[in-house]
Amino acid sequence: MSLDLQRETEPAIELVGIDKKFGAVHANKNINLTVAKGSIHGIIGENGAGKSTLMSILYGFYHADQGEIRISGKPVTIRDSQTAISSGIGMVHQHFMLVENFTVLENVMLGAEGGQLLRKGVASARRELKRLEDDYGLEVDPDAVIEELPVGSQQRVEILKALYRGAEILILDEPTGVLTPAEADHLFKVLRVLRDQGKTIILITHKLREIMAITDTVSVMRRGEMVATRKTAETTVEELAELMVGRRVLLRVEKGEANPGKVLLSVKNLTVKDSRGVTMVDDVSFDVRAGEIVGIAGVAGNGQSELLEAIAGIRKPASGEILIDGKSIAGSDPAALRELGLAHIPEDRHHMGLVLKFEEYENSILGYHRDQRYGRGAMLNLEAVRKDAEEKIAKYDIRPPNPRLRTANFSGGNQQKIVVAREIERDPNVLIIGQPTRGVDIGAIEFIHKRIIEMRDAGKAVLLVSVELDEIRSLSDRILVMFAGKVVGEKSGEAGEQTLGLMMAGIAA
Amino acid sequence: MDFDIFISILGSAVRLSIPLLFTALAGLFSERAGIFDIGLEGKMLASAFASACVAYATGNAWAGLGAGIGIAIVFSLVHGFASITNRGNQIVSGVALNFVAAGLTIVLGQAWFGQGGRTGQVPASGRFSGITLPGAEMMREVPIIGPFYANVISGNNILTYLAFLMVPISWWVLYRTRFGLRLRAVGENPGAVDTAGISVTWLRYRALIVTGFLAGFAGTYLSIAQSAAFINNMSAGKGYIALAALIFAKWKPVPVMLACLLFGFLDAFANFMQGKALPLIGEVPVQIFQALPYILTCVLLAGFIGIARPPKAGGVPYTKER
Repeated sequence: MSLDLQRETEPAIELVGIDKKFGAVHANKNINLTVAKGSIHGIIGENGAGKSTLMSILYGFYHADQGEIRISGKPVTIRDSQTAISSGIGMVHQHFMLVENFTVLENVMLGAEGGQLLRKGVASARRELKRLEDDYGLEVDPDAVIEELPVGSQQRVEILKALYRGAEILILDEPTGVLTPAEADHLFKVLRVLRDQGKTIILITHKLREIMAITDTVSVMRRGEMVATRKTAETTVEELAELMVGRRVLLRVEKGEANPGKVLLSVKNLTVKDSRGVTMVDDVSFDVRAGEIVGIAGVAGNGQSELLEAIAGIRKPASGEILIDGKSIAGSDPAALRELGLAHIPEDRHHMGLVLKFEEYENSILGYHRDQRYGRGAMLNLEAVRKDAEEKIAKYDIRPPNPRLRTANFSGGNQQKIVVAREIERDPNVLIIGQPTRGVDIGAIEFIHKRIIEMRDAGKAVLLVSVELDEIRSLSDRILVMFAGKVVGEKSGEAGEQTLGLMMAGIAA
Repeated sequence: MDFDIFISILGSAVRLSIPLLFTALAGLFSERAGIFDIGLEGKMLASAFASACVAYATGNAWAGLGAGIGIAIVFSLVHGFASITNRGNQIVSGVALNFVAAGLTIVLGQAWFGQGGRTGQVPASGRFSGITLPGAEMMREVPIIGPFYANVISGNNILTYLAFLMVPISWWVLYRTRFGLRLRAVGENPGAVDTAGISVTWLRYRALIVTGFLAGFAGTYLSIAQSAAFINNMSAGKGYIALAALIFAKWKPVPVMLACLLFGFLDAFANFMQGKALPLIGEVPVQIFQALPYILTCVLLAGFIGIARPPKAGGVPYTKER
């Protein structure tokens, strides 16, 4: 108890009245925040709430227009990343700042080489890495090349980089977005060890479960303001969600009984290989009926992506058959499949779903641009396209409601809504969806989930692939679990997390 | 083929590959730092002109070299100002500088010398001439090694030896120094460099200064080592060939040297084949052989060399993410 009191009285970081504007956007409004030494402090908020801006100010990427930063009680001016580092702040960015064709050692040394020549620094860096490995359980082979490491290990390298530079305060920006559940657990273990050894950790996330699982204290940001700070033990997921969004949010989707009709999508003995010839989907068969949602659970990389791509007509199967409403789709390209009534919300909206440099209205018809409604022959009827885009914007509450805005300037959630609106508004009979809410904030998640349920209730066949087990469990009527390219089992939508987790790990069937 | 002829082709291959080698190493530094430099051609041309002018005026080859290096660095800095400071398109900036060099050398050459773009003949003292290495004459009688030593290794000018010396030096700088580590990093992921508290801008400028420095040697070699005056457009596309060699060599110093020697050899071979008949086919227009390096360039660039992975951040101006 006395230790707890000690911790509370000694702040590692204090932010006083931090204010930052980007043109007309008021990203941070008079932010006050105190982070206790030796604690894990969570900062949550929806995309665009100003979390990243605040942390960028702390790391010297931006300068606050007003306000003061104090570290261990002393006011500091953080001019650039160099001063942030020397003040003991380390940052693990959401998109790793690693040189992919360098070794772990080279990445750790970069910027802290210890002299004009590398030789001396290499030896001491190697020793220091060994020490950090022993102290914190951060094991990574120093001579491994980054691009050959799994994401979880790459993230460990980022943490090592910060510790190597003597960081006492570690900021992690959305650290679990790219991790498998097991990797995330490992990360949390490491963070606890770091905290127990006296480091201060700031965790930025929009995942409420993580906040509850790992933090000691949590602060909530909304629209550039710090709206509340709570002790994690004294708050609930519901309260935090409400503080984040500013209204009550349904965290669990409400849905009625499924009413399955005839088979609309049928996959028979499907085998799919990736570009290297490795079998990714191995003799998979299942049906999806009208009026039901079939969820495919599994850890990323177990063949779900390839399965989706095969059904969408993007990847040619090695063998087997895919039938839509009884008709084989062999040899059909994605355009022909759209004609058959299939719509596809791809897993990665940046890679497949959108052209980020296009304006919103252009993306809102991507793939449907040959439709008579949008023009004849080689010409597009821009008037009609924009009107159509405006209708979707209104119906899906896409913000800002401007069809002429470049797609890259929308938040992740709104970008996803653009894709969802485009595909669902075509009223397809079969809807296949990959990761519908990856990188999407809570408010938009609720909205997208409702739309998916509506599709089901309208008698459509929905195939849902997601690595978020919660999402699969709350939406699906039936759950198939994929492991190593095979469907290892089928459960009802009410199946327990534990059961599914074991199946996903390939332990139980 | 007669052995003596083969040796003489080799000798000429080495001489022809030197400007390529300097230029490709120059490009190596800027491209590894993430700045594409299609303006190598222009730098070579401008520095050839500058060094010829200064060597003509002073009669001092080293002064000529200094001028060549100086002007190439100026061109590099202009490229840097456009593409680093103002985040312009690197290809456009490079091409523009090539035009500037091509035009300016002719205009100034005509104004100063009135010989249709040629500079005056540089006196012997203003040129880099061949150095006979000790024992070359003695060795000549030794079979195989003798003529190779006397005609290929010996008898070259100082710039040739410097060019080959630059290969291990470049390697050492890139892989054994802090500057090299940071330079390679900034070409792959400038974000990593920036978040490590290092200035991306200053680092890239320094890489471009090295580029200018090396390209200056290439131009100087053309005008006052290989010949004795500047001639209109005397770089004749060598900057682009060097770029192809750089890609062929996958942006690594030692393979760069081998690639440049290969291109030099093709060039020498084309010269040798002038007016010669091929067995079975008969006489072939010399243009076919002259085209060989360019055909090879196309073939190589079309991807017949396996995957050439360019520095990942190449060509992309760095902006901090919002």
